[in-house]
Amino acid sequence: MSSATPSIEVINLNTHYGDRQVLRNVSLSVNPGEIFVIMGGSGSGKTTLLNHLLGLLRPTTGTIRILGKDINTLSALELQDLRTRMGVAFQSGALFSSMSVGDNIALPLREHSDLDETTIGIVTRLKLEVVSLAGFEDLMPAELSGGMIKRAAFARAIVMDPKLLFCDEPSAGLDPVVASSIDDLILRLRDAMGMSIVVVTHDLDSTFKIADRICVLDKGEVLALDSVDAIRNSPNERIQNLLNRRTEEAEVDPDAYLRRLLGEKEKHANQPTQGRTGL
Amino acid sequence: MNAFLNWLERLGRKAASGVAEFGFAATLFGQALYWLVLGRWRRQPVRMPSVAAQAMDIGIAALPIITVLSTTIGLMLAIQGIYTLKTFGAESRVTLGVALSIVREFSPLITGILVAGRSGSALAARLGTMRINQEIDSLTVMGINPVRFLVSPPLMAMMVLMPLLTLWADLVGLFAAGLYISIELQGSLAAYADEVVTILKLNDMLHGLAKAAIFGVLVTIVGVVNGASVSGGAEGVGRMTTRSVVHAISAIVITDMIFVFLVTR
Repeated sequence: MSSATPSIEVINLNTHYGDRQVLRNVSLSVNPGEIFVIMGGSGSGKTTLLNHLLGLLRPTTGTIRILGKDINTLSALELQDLRTRMGVAFQSGALFSSMSVGDNIALPLREHSDLDETTIGIVTRLKLEVVSLAGFEDLMPAELSGGMIKRAAFARAIVMDPKLLFCDEPSAGLDPVVASSIDDLILRLRDAMGMSIVVVTHDLDSTFKIADRICVLDKGEVLALDSVDAIRNSPNERIQNLLNRRTEEAEVDPDAYLRRLLGEKEKHANQPTQGRTGL
Repeated sequence: MNAFLNWLERLGRKAASGVAEFGFAATLFGQALYWLVLGRWRRQPVRMPSVAAQAMDIGIAALPIITVLSTTIGLMLAIQGIYTLKTFGAESRVTLGVALSIVREFSPLITGILVAGRSGSALAARLGTMRINQEIDSLTVMGINPVRFLVSPPLMAMMVLMPLLTLWADLVGLFAAGLYISIELQGSLAAYADEVVTILKLNDMLHGLAKAAIFGVLVTIVGVVNGASVSGGAEGVGRMTTRSVVHAISAIVITDMIFVFLVTR
């Protein structure tokens, strides 16, 4: 497995929002056919890392190779080609609310392939079958339940038969039974289609159920990157806190605390947060 | 002193963000045109069905209200024209003023304002909602350029439909004014039509239609810029939608003035 080029390779990734450094020297690699879970609490930088892997943000320094290609040096056309070989299931599903479920799933095929409508229809229904949503293609996204929206998002993500699948918080906002069925779906997709799957989550149960390897992010740094058992038995206190759901006492800096109370703004406080602008 | 510096800083930031927004609008317009022209070679053609769908939405659905309003404007201009010209006993010259002001000014303006209110705001709301639902991100990661997919179709539809709607508003407005004038001054509708055809030069028509096309671009770009800048959930969408209508109408009126200044003098 490890002999082939890794599906994802991140080397010394550093990023900033304005003055604030969000990711520090993040390096990781994802092997073909592996389920790789990026775990961390809120504000650990995992969403930012995902956005970088998707090529939605540009890093300050560092290299990201997806399927062997450095996404920050690719031409627009090459990037477009690369994107047809990866699928993304967003946290909210991000289905286009103006289109039916079937049209949503068929969209990448319609845009990127020359298939005729009959074939597109067959492929669409096939993918709906895979995610156990057969017969729902004519409904609008607003008519689906939370779990069904996630499934439809998975169907859209895999419609081009990608080599690489990203899932952002697949179990967020779902009840445990539905969440567990989504985990089964992720495992089934990997086994049936042999794709590498990157899952970003803070759900421990689902992490231990599906992961081959886990990367624990904390305050923008890779705290640990290892197999499930090694993470579970890790002596690191912060990892154990995360695993056992213990809250951490933040260290209090008396001077900074006083400054905050007095309302003195820090240097970068006046600057707008540097999110993504534009389309 | 400190307060003044703060005020100065805020002013500077406002100005900078205004310039940035203007630049963003210009970039978007350039990109949308780029995809319209070159999309086919980049394997991302702008799809005609989606342009047609937008055209239906912007144009055909707006026809009833545009008909009603241009009728009203035509009548209003005729009434005011006759009232004003009575002062000099020159009621018979009313057709000149009415025809020129409808074709050169009122039709494009009223069409522009209506379309800004109907379609510009809808565009802003749609894009804003798509942005906060990550739908725009999901287009990007699918390898579908959001500008090509979301901006080029309405832009093209607006550029084609706005002049057509204005032409329709011209006809309806002139007809309504003619009805009133021929009744009030005891002339015939045919004589009025004859007069209108002699008065109106092709140049006058083109003046109005060209402005309409420009207004179409303004409405689209203002709507898209505001929609794309949405932050802060549903409330943000509402705020930016309102902002887009206000900005679009202001842009239309100001551009109108500049256009008239440059072309007419």
